[in-house]
Amino acid sequence: MNLFIEYSMVGIASGGMYALMALGFVLVFKGTGVFNFAQGELMMLGAYIFLSVNQLAGLHWSIALLATVLFALLTGVLIERTVLRALAGQPLLSIVMATVGLGLVLKGAAGLIWGQEQRTLPELVPRKPIFIGDILIPGAVFWSFVISMAVIAACLLYFRFTRGGVTMRAAASSQVNAYAVGINVPVISALTWGLAAAAGGFAGVLLAAINNLTPHLGDLALSVLAVLIVGGLDSLAGVIVGGLIIGWLQSMTGAYLGGQYREIMPFIVVLAVLLVRPHGLFGRKEIERI
Amino acid sequence: MSFSLDLVGPRAGIAPSNYRATAAWLDSGERRLGLALLLGLLALFPFVAGDYLVYLACVAAMTVVSVIGLNILTGYTGLLSIGHAAFNGIGAYSCAVATVKFGWPFWLAVPFGGLMAAFAGLIVGLPSLRIKGLYLAIATLAAQYLFLFAAQHWESVTGGDRGFQVAPASFFGIRLDSDMRLYWLIMPVTVLMCLAAHNLFRTRIGRSFIAVRERDYSAEVLGIDLLRTKLLAFAIASFYAGIAGALMAYFFKVVNPEQYTFTASIFQLTAIIVGGLGSVLGSILGALFMVAVPEILKAVVSALAGADAVKGAIMLASARELVFGLLIVGFLLFEPFGLAEIVRRARVSLQMWPFKT
Repeated sequence: MNLFIEYSMVGIASGGMYALMALGFVLVFKGTGVFNFAQGELMMLGAYIFLSVNQLAGLHWSIALLATVLFALLTGVLIERTVLRALAGQPLLSIVMATVGLGLVLKGAAGLIWGQEQRTLPELVPRKPIFIGDILIPGAVFWSFVISMAVIAACLLYFRFTRGGVTMRAAASSQVNAYAVGINVPVISALTWGLAAAAGGFAGVLLAAINNLTPHLGDLALSVLAVLIVGGLDSLAGVIVGGLIIGWLQSMTGAYLGGQYREIMPFIVVLAVLLVRPHGLFGRKEIERI
Repeated sequence: MSFSLDLVGPRAGIAPSNYRATAAWLDSGERRLGLALLLGLLALFPFVAGDYLVYLACVAAMTVVSVIGLNILTGYTGLLSIGHAAFNGIGAYSCAVATVKFGWPFWLAVPFGGLMAAFAGLIVGLPSLRIKGLYLAIATLAAQYLFLFAAQHWESVTGGDRGFQVAPASFFGIRLDSDMRLYWLIMPVTVLMCLAAHNLFRTRIGRSFIAVRERDYSAEVLGIDLLRTKLLAFAIASFYAGIAGALMAYFFKVVNPEQYTFTASIFQLTAIIVGGLGSVLGSILGALFMVAVPEILKAVVSALAGADAVKGAIMLASARELVFGLLIVGFLLFEPFGLAEIVRRARVSLQMWPFKT
């Protein structure tokens, strides 16, 4: 029983990281209706930018983090302006494939610029384990959970209380009405992309600081699909709940079924949820009976 | 959205006077001549070309078959699949198991691979009544990873990560063990599959696929059974993928999970975008183009990297990703109907010459 509680705690804590990784997907999907398959590569890019500024330019990690977030923001805005805006109104296939293509471009470019070898980022999160009673939680897992929750909470507050956040929500809920009340929807779309890319860049730095950094870091983002589908593609609250559920499930499958089931569990969950409740726990239900 | 229906309608400037003439697809002298020339060239090719070109031709032909399948599903029926390589894999493994473990001849094992893939396609397609669009795409992606997991961990059948060797097919005592000999298996199958796909879209079933793509509830109102049509599209597309996979098993002489990853699925999606969505000609052009691009890249990269082979191989992998990505985005932005549209424009302006179109 004690072991069960320990695995549960570690699983739930590692779910925080999933939630942070899923945040960027949800922001873009909610704001612009695009599922961004390049989000993982935006994370990877952020981590490389951080590495370059921090180690090659020799700047303090806080400055490097700031630079990373700013750079990611600009990248997001640039992607929206050049590619997604041009494809507005095109069929789903074109838009999905455009983001897949962008992901390939980023991955290939990163491979050419930084090479395939594994890089190590400086330790941003303390590794010292945390004890809650008898239960040991690895430091990296615990602190990434805390940071992730803080970032998502900041996002929630931003959408709830600031002018920019409310405008974004308005544009997301109805473009026509948003135009009617004088919101500049194209600018909001670009900003949404920028914000999502910034969240991705930040998540990438954190992820790369815990694991290692290669151009394939972005592939990890696909395992977040389960988080998104469980929580609902367009729900910020869903991201947190989905992340914790998937983290817990993954820890459980790893502990009781064996390590190889850990990697496949998210995809089984995806299929199961899609069949039973495609819009997830908190997603908006699109009623269409065909 | 609308896509061009290449080659289906009569050629510009021909006025058919009866139903047979309207339904004919070899409706003009030059079209018949073109097909005959093409078949003749394909038959002569292995006698003229070197080993490496024959090898490439076989790879291209198998890619063509698989990509046509994907185009039937995604381009014609509008169901986005990001897990097409999984069906290649199911075809390849089924064919390999039938050959190695059951000792079946190739003319049973190849269709068996196709049918097994079609069956798997039916299962993956089942949710398509309930979910569609992006959600269906995500379901196919999940199916892709489930397939890879099964291929890696169901070791008694698949041989795990290392996969297993496939014995060469034999035809009346002739062992089809070289590329040159396999060409005579692969190329006729490819030509047949191309003609079958082309003909499919002149039938009620093919037209109903297009109707489903254009607007599914209108199609339902017109009396098209959506679930049946979507499932049929999945089955036919997977059958094509399975046949291609079965041929790959014989051609590469080994099956392992590495050949049928997510990357291979994306490769095929790139091919239909570059070639042209909803076009058989586009599938062929796209597949040829996508087989040619890495070859060209290889030459460029080896010129850049010089003698350092390891560095060259690493650069090549990244350069491939970069170029494929640029091709996808570039074609989507600047030529959304792909190479097939370029060919169509060229043909029309040739027919109309000296007048402008």
